[in-house]
Amino acid sequence: MELAIRLRGVVKRFGSLTAVDGLDLDVPAGTCVGLLGPNGAGKSTLMKALTAQVIPDEGELEVLGYRLPGDSKQARAEMGVVPQLDNLDVSLSVEHNLLVFAHLYRVPARERRAAIDRALALARLTDRRRSKVDELSGGMRRRLLIVRALLHRPRLLLLDEPTVGLDPQVRQELWALIDLLRSEGVSILMSTHYIEEAERLCDRVTIMSHGQAVAVGPPRELIAEHAGPEAIEVYGPPARLAEVEGMAEARGWRTRRTGTSVSVLHANGAADLEGERRVTNLEDVFVLLTGEEIA
Amino acid sequence: MAATTAAPAAPQRRLGRLERAALQGVIVRELVNYSSFWRSSSFASTVEPTIYMLAFGFGFGSLVSTVAGYDYIDFVGTGIVATTVLFAGAFPAMYSTFVKYSFQHTYDAILAAPVDTEELVTAETLWIGARTGTFGCVPMLVAIAFGLDPSWGMLLVPPIAALAGLGWAGFGIFVAARARAIESFAYWQTGLLTPMFLVAGTFFPLGELPGWAQALGNANPLFHCVELVRHAVFGFEGWVDAWHAAFLLTFALVAWRLAIRYMERRLIL
Repeated sequence: MELAIRLRGVVKRFGSLTAVDGLDLDVPAGTCVGLLGPNGAGKSTLMKALTAQVIPDEGELEVLGYRLPGDSKQARAEMGVVPQLDNLDVSLSVEHNLLVFAHLYRVPARERRAAIDRALALARLTDRRRSKVDELSGGMRRRLLIVRALLHRPRLLLLDEPTVGLDPQVRQELWALIDLLRSEGVSILMSTHYIEEAERLCDRVTIMSHGQAVAVGPPRELIAEHAGPEAIEVYGPPARLAEVEGMAEARGWRTRRTGTSVSVLHANGAADLEGERRVTNLEDVFVLLTGEEIA
Repeated sequence: MAATTAAPAAPQRRLGRLERAALQGVIVRELVNYSSFWRSSSFASTVEPTIYMLAFGFGFGSLVSTVAGYDYIDFVGTGIVATTVLFAGAFPAMYSTFVKYSFQHTYDAILAAPVDTEELVTAETLWIGARTGTFGCVPMLVAIAFGLDPSWGMLLVPPIAALAGLGWAGFGIFVAARARAIESFAYWQTGLLTPMFLVAGTFFPLGELPGWAQALGNANPLFHCVELVRHAVFGFEGWVDAWHAAFLLTFALVAWRLAIRYMERRLIL
């Protein structure tokens, strides 16, 4: 199996805080892997380690076959990075932002024009090429941020929370774009805390908690393994919810609180339990494994 | 099945330090930015020293006609080149560096591309150096308009200004890399740059000052720049000028390496 990213036993400490705590991670070439975890799970630290902007204290990192941090510059030349924080040059035009990165990513002079035009078309910003970035909508800016990372046709794309803070509709547009890239064979590592995003786009997910990988696998397999096929969601006053939790514990079922209800998992065929039956999802797995609700 | 990592598509030359492509990428960014800001940034960098020159030249010049054997307007017109270099070198380096890594996260974006901190800092330093080399000539040109005689030696003023500008750029980046907040620049400005600006032989010769002040002046890169520019315009004085040039070169090298070291600490966690 060819790996675009290979991490073994990576540890990063900031003073007394261990942000990444012995993490193993594989991204097979040509697949999309999701990093799922609550805030503070170490996702962003990991992303920065992959571009050598964070140097781990322990462990091995290989990106596109290059050993980090020593050969990080070669790896960066062949990958694209979409940061969580928008770091576009706001006072420059759309086109100039792309021009600068065509230089930074060493696109040869004779191909620069075409690379910029291709990126503009992909972001559907061709008619906004002369607009200043601070005149663009949030969705346009994010599309520009993504295609800026694609100018040099990278083999690997890192996406750090690519759709955070965007409208649902804009988010779906970006999903289509990311799916297109995956279908073209680009390897993708994407951190997110939107469960639906991971379920839809990722071939495999790694669930992170406190700097460690607590589960790894394709979304469906993780759901089947950890949450079972069906959840029974029971609504009621707090006393009723506590009663259901007690009963579930006695029968060896797992439960999670979802706001005003209790979801009972692995309770297949429990005809005596009144409640809404629904398909289990990655969020159930996530909450069971990390003990944390999604923000 | 053994897990192997993807082999690079083609065997590639190992990328070296300080590559041209990386430096060029960073400088192109500055050029594109400058093409939209050149008016305000050139104005600040050139008009302010010109005002100083005219104020001192005419105000003070009406009291004293010659200083250290020069017409006062000639004395100030050449000395103020070094002040321009300070203004156009240190201040943009301090403020724009801080803004770029702290507020705009520009450096995060650049370092995610195939550019290392050493290349980033070097390119920024070279860019500011080139700019100061150009801006430094402005007060001299104004002084020519007010009667300073042109000389061939003036052709050496841009490279001298650029060399001093490299040093101030490195210094400014170093200060920005160490700053926790933009307010802390006040300590450097008031505590270091203002005294340097005054005790540099720009407005009055250091020869009249007490010994300790002269010693301080000799440690001041601005003083060496003032002297070197003045001698380039009015005639070199041999080894003394070699010493001034060597001092500026050392200043530039030390500031450059310090800027890289502290930016690495700031940008790479």
